[in-house]
Amino acid sequence: MQFMLLFSRQGKLRLQKWYVPLSDKERKKISRDLVQTILARKPKMCSFLEWRDLKIVYKRYASLYFCCAVEDQDNELITLEIIHRYVELLDKYFGSVCELDIIFNFEKAYFILDEFLLGGEAQETSKKNVLKAIEQADLLQEVSQTPKIFT
Amino acid sequence: MPAVSKGDGMRGLAVFISDIRNCKSKEAEIKRINKELANIRSKFKGDKALDGYSKKKYVCKLLFIFLLGHDIDFGHMEAVNLLSSNKYTEKQIGYLFISVLVNSNSELIRLINNAIKNDLSSRNPTFMCLALHCIANVGSREMAEAFASEIPRILVAGDTMDSVKQSAALCLLRLYKTSPDLVLMGEWTSRVVHLLNDQHMGVVTAAISLITCLSQKNPDEFKTCVSLAVSRLSRIVSSASTDLQDYTYYFVPAPWLSCKLLRLLQCYPPPEDGAVKGRLVECLETILNKAQEPPKSKKVQHSNAKNAILFEAISLIIHYDSEPNLLVRACNQLGQFLQHRETNLRYLALESMCTLASSEFSHEAVKTHIETVINALKTERDVSVRQRAADLLYAMCDRSNAKQIVAEMLSYLETADYSIREEMVLKVAILAEKYAVDYSWYVDTILNLIRIAGDYVSEEVWYRVIQIVINRDDVQGYAAKTVFEALQAPACHENMVKVGGYILGEFGNLIAGDPRSSPLVQFNLLHSKFHLCSVPTRALLLSAYIKFINLFPETKATIQEVLRCDSQIRNSDVELQQRAVEYLKLSSIASTDVLATVLEEMPPFPERESSILAKLKKKKGPGAVSVTELEDNKREGGELNGGGDRGPDTAAMAASNASTPSPSADLLGIRSAAPVGAPPASTGSLLVDVFSEAGPAAPSAAVNDDGFLRDLEQPTETSDSLLVEGSGDSDSAPPSEDPAPPLSEADELLNKFVCKNNGVLFENQLLQIGIKSEYRQNLGRMYLFYGNKTSVQFASFTTTVSCPGDLQSQLNVQTKPVEPLVEGGAQIQQVLNIECLTDFSDAPLLNIKFRYGGALQNLTLKLPVTINKFFQPTEMSSHDFFQRWKQLSQPQQEAQKIFKANHSMDTEVLKAKLLGLGTALLDNVDPNPENYVCAGVIQTKSQQVGCLLRLEPNAQAQMYRLTLRCSKDSVSRRLCELLAQQF
Repeated sequence: MQFMLLFSRQGKLRLQKWYVPLSDKERKKISRDLVQTILARKPKMCSFLEWRDLKIVYKRYASLYFCCAVEDQDNELITLEIIHRYVELLDKYFGSVCELDIIFNFEKAYFILDEFLLGGEAQETSKKNVLKAIEQADLLQEVSQTPKIFT
Repeated sequence: MPAVSKGDGMRGLAVFISDIRNCKSKEAEIKRINKELANIRSKFKGDKALDGYSKKKYVCKLLFIFLLGHDIDFGHMEAVNLLSSNKYTEKQIGYLFISVLVNSNSELIRLINNAIKNDLSSRNPTFMCLALHCIANVGSREMAEAFASEIPRILVAGDTMDSVKQSAALCLLRLYKTSPDLVLMGEWTSRVVHLLNDQHMGVVTAAISLITCLSQKNPDEFKTCVSLAVSRLSRIVSSASTDLQDYTYYFVPAPWLSCKLLRLLQCYPPPEDGAVKGRLVECLETILNKAQEPPKSKKVQHSNAKNAILFEAISLIIHYDSEPNLLVRACNQLGQFLQHRETNLRYLALESMCTLASSEFSHEAVKTHIETVINALKTERDVSVRQRAADLLYAMCDRSNAKQIVAEMLSYLETADYSIREEMVLKVAILAEKYAVDYSWYVDTILNLIRIAGDYVSEEVWYRVIQIVINRDDVQGYAAKTVFEALQAPACHENMVKVGGYILGEFGNLIAGDPRSSPLVQFNLLHSKFHLCSVPTRALLLSAYIKFINLFPETKATIQEVLRCDSQIRNSDVELQQRAVEYLKLSSIASTDVLATVLEEMPPFPERESSILAKLKKKKGPGAVSVTELEDNKREGGELNGGGDRGPDTAAMAASNASTPSPSADLLGIRSAAPVGAPPASTGSLLVDVFSEAGPAAPSAAVNDDGFLRDLEQPTETSDSLLVEGSGDSDSAPPSEDPAPPLSEADELLNKFVCKNNGVLFENQLLQIGIKSEYRQNLGRMYLFYGNKTSVQFASFTTTVSCPGDLQSQLNVQTKPVEPLVEGGAQIQQVLNIECLTDFSDAPLLNIKFRYGGALQNLTLKLPVTINKFFQPTEMSSHDFFQRWKQLSQPQQEAQKIFKANHSMDTEVLKAKLLGLGTALLDNVDPNPENYVCAGVIQTKSQQVGCLLRLEPNAQAQMYRLTLRCSKDSVSRRLCELLAQQF
C-alpha cells in the first residue's frame, strides 16, 4: 500500500498516512486530486479505480471516506477488507466510532493504524491482538498519570 | 464512551480543536491558528522549563495544525525531547510528530536516531515497538544506515516478543524498499524464511510481506520458501472456519495471510517437486470449490474475503499458465461474476479475464463470454467498469470475432466517455489493422473512426492509414473512392480532410475516369474545405494541389490561379506562403519530366511496428498491450504490412520529400530523428534558390536528402536553446559587448557545409542566416543573407568576422560593415572576400550583435570556410593514382579513420557528397568497385597541396574506412577530421 487517506464528504482530510517518500507538495496535490475524483463518483459505482499508475480502493462509512492506494499487483478485495478491519478497530476502541472521535482523537487513530498496518503492509490482522496492544499502551498512560491525580 | 475521555485527554487540545471547528471562515481559522502558533512559540521560548505534559500538549497541537494543511517550522526539538521521556504517552506523541513531520534530511536525525537506539535496546517491548514503528514510518536512508544491521537480529532472536518481531519484519521491509543496498540478509536468510512456520499467525502475516519482497529481488536465495508457503497455505485452506480463532474473518480462515501466500508463490515458477506441486494444485482446487459453496454469511465482508482469495488463486493459476483444467475452471468462475449484482465483482472479473484471454488454454473459453462483455460495454453505469469491458474485448479479439468487436467498439465510441475515447480510438485502429482480411474493411473502419471521433484520432492513426494505403496497391483505388465520398459530407472532420488530401493527391487518378469524380471535381471538393482548415492542413492541401498538377495537367491553370492569389502567395503564415511560392514556381519553370520526377508517387514506407501500437504502449505502459499482441504476431506473422523487403528508393524519396515538406516528413519515417512539426519560417529568395537547386537532377536531389531538408529542419531544433541563451544574456549580467563564445552547435553547423556551398547556416526565432559561396583557386566569395524574421526592427546590427589565433596568418577575410538597421521582415546581404594564404584547420568566426526590443542579442557562429573549399579536382589514371599513392607513403602523410555510417550509404548520395567536396571522383581506379577514390589539389597562396582520398564502405557492418594521403601532413589530418563527419 502506498498511502491511506480518510476524508469527509466535504472533502476535509481527517487522516493521512504515507508509506512512500513524497514531498509535502506532492502529498497535497495527490490528496486534492483524489478527494475530488472520489467525491465526484456516484454511490453505486465500483470501489476500485485506476488512478495514475495506482489502483485506488475506497469505501464510504457514514460521513467518512476511507481510501487506499495500492500497487498494480495488489489485491483489491483484500484491501477493501483492510479498510473494513480498520473501521472495526476504531469502532471497537471508541465504541461506535463517528467522525468526531477521529477529529478529536486523531493521535489515537494514528496509533491504532500503526498497530494494524506498518510500512503499508498488514502487521497484525487479529482484532483482539491489535486492541490488546492499544489498551496496554493506554494502561501505561493511566499508570503514569495516576500520581498526578491523587497527589 | 464519550470521545474525549479516552486515554489521557488533553483538555487544551480538545478546546483548540473545538475552536477551529467553530471558525466560520477560512480567515477566522487562520487567525485562530496564528494566535495558537504565537502562544506555543512563546511557551517554547519562555524561560520557564515546560513540564512533559505541556510539551506533549503543544507538540500535539502543532501536529494537528500541520495535518490541517498548514506549515510548521518549529517544535521539532521539543518533539525530539519527548522521545527520551520515560512516560510512555509523551514518548508516543514525540514519535508520532517525528513520523509525520520529520523529513529525511533533517539535522535532528542524529538525535532521533540516538533516542531510537536507546528504545531498541531497552528490552521493553512497548518501547521497542514504538521505535520500530518510527523507523518504518520515516524509512529514510539515514535510519537505514543506522539500523539496517540491527533489525534482522531483533527479528530472528529467540527471545524477541511476537509483537516486536512483527514490527521488526515490516520495519526491515520498509528499509529494504528505500535502501536495498544496506539491508543484507546473508546469514539471516534461512531463519527469516522459517518465520513462515511460526506458530503465531501475526508473525507469519508480517514476515511474509518481507519475504515476498526479498524473493522478488533474490528468488534463488529464498526459494526454500515455496514448499513452506505451500504447506502453510494447505493448512489454512483445509482448516475449519473456527480453527484459527481470531484470524478467521467473517468465517473465512486467515484471508490476508492466504492472499499473501498465493502472492508469494507468484514470484516463482510451479514447484518442481511433484508432491509439493500436487499439494498446491489441491489447494487451488479447494479454493475454486469453496467459491461455489453457498455463503456462510450474507455479509459482504464474507464474500469479499472469500473472493479475494479466489482472485489471488486465479492470478497464480494464470501465472503458472500450465494447468488447462484450472484455467478453464477459473474462466467459468469469472464468467459467473460477469453478471453478479456486485459492481466490484463484475469489475474484477473483467479485469482478471483480460489476462486469461492471453493464455492459449483459456483464450477460447474467454471468447464464449463475448455477448456478456459487449452488453457490459453498453449497459454498465460506471465508466471504470465499461473501460474494463473495452479492455477485455480488445484482449479477446482475434480473427474470428474482429469484425463484431470492432463494430461494437465503434458504436460504443459514439457515446463513450471523453476520458477513454482516445484510447478506444487507438484500440479500434490497432484491431482493424491487425485483423484486416480485406483492406477495404480497414479503410472503412478508420474513416468511420475519424467520422465518429475525429477529435480523438491522433496523428499516429491517420499517418498509419496513409502508410498502409501507400504500401498496398490493391486498396488505393478503393481508398480514393471512399475518401472522395466521405469528403462530400457537408461538415467533415479536419482529419478527414488531411487523409482525403493526401490520398487524392497520390491516387486521385485512380478515380478520375468517372465524370462524377473528375480531376476538377476532386480539386474543387478539396479546395472547398481549404478555408475552414488549420495551417498544417492547408499546407498539406497545397502539397496535394501540386501533386494534382502532375497527375492532371488539365488542372494546372486552375491550381496556379489558386496559388497565385494573394491569400496564398502573400499569406501571413510563412509556411503557407513559402509553399505557395515554391509550388507556383515549380509548376511554371519545371518541365513535365522534372515535375513527374519531383512529384512522383510516394514510395512504400519501410516496414516497422505500427506507430499506433507504440503510442498505446506509451499511453498505458508496457503491460497494456496484452500478450495476445505477441502471440498473434507469432501465429499470424504481421500480414497487413507483410513483405519487409521493399526498401524505399532513396533518391525518389528525397525528391518526393522535397516537394512535400515536413508535415509529411514525419510520415516517411526514414528520418525518425528529425524534429516533427512545422518547418521553420523562412523568408526571402534564398530558399527558392536552394529549392531550384534541389529539384531537377537526381544526384543533387540525393545530396539534398542529407542537406536540404536538414537545413530546413535542423534550425528549429537549435532555435529554442538559442533564444534561451539570448535572453539569459540580457537579463543576467549587463549586456556584454564582447563577442559571445561560439554556439555549442557551431561545429555541427559547419559540418553541414563541408560538401556544399549554399543553404541556411543558422536560424532561430528571430534571425535566419543564409549562405551562398563560390571558390576559385585560392580565392573565395561568400554572400551572407541576414533575414529578420520578426516584425520588429533590429537595431545596432553589426557583424564581425575574425580569424582567431594562427588563422590570422593563414586566411584573409575582408568585408564591409552592414547597415545597422534591419527592418522587420527584411533581409540584408553581406559579401565576404576570402583568400587562403596557407593551409588551415580552424574556421573563421562570425559574430552578430543586435538589439531586439531592447535586449542585446549576441551570437557567434563558425563560418563554413574549410580547407577543402580550395580544392581543384585532378583527373588521373589508375596507374598514376597508385604511383602517387605510393609516393605519399610517409606515416605522417597518411591519416585514417574507421567509423560507423551516420547517413545513408547509398551510392548516389556518397558520390554527390564526394563531388561536393571539390575533388575529382575517379572511376575505374580502385580494383574494388565498391570503393571510392578521389584526387585533388588544394590551392593556397603559398603552396599547392596534393591530396588523394580513398573511402571504403562496408555496407554489412555499416562502417567506413577513410584514408587520406596528402603532401602536407596537417592537411591530411584536417581533411580526415572533416570528412569523417560527413558519411
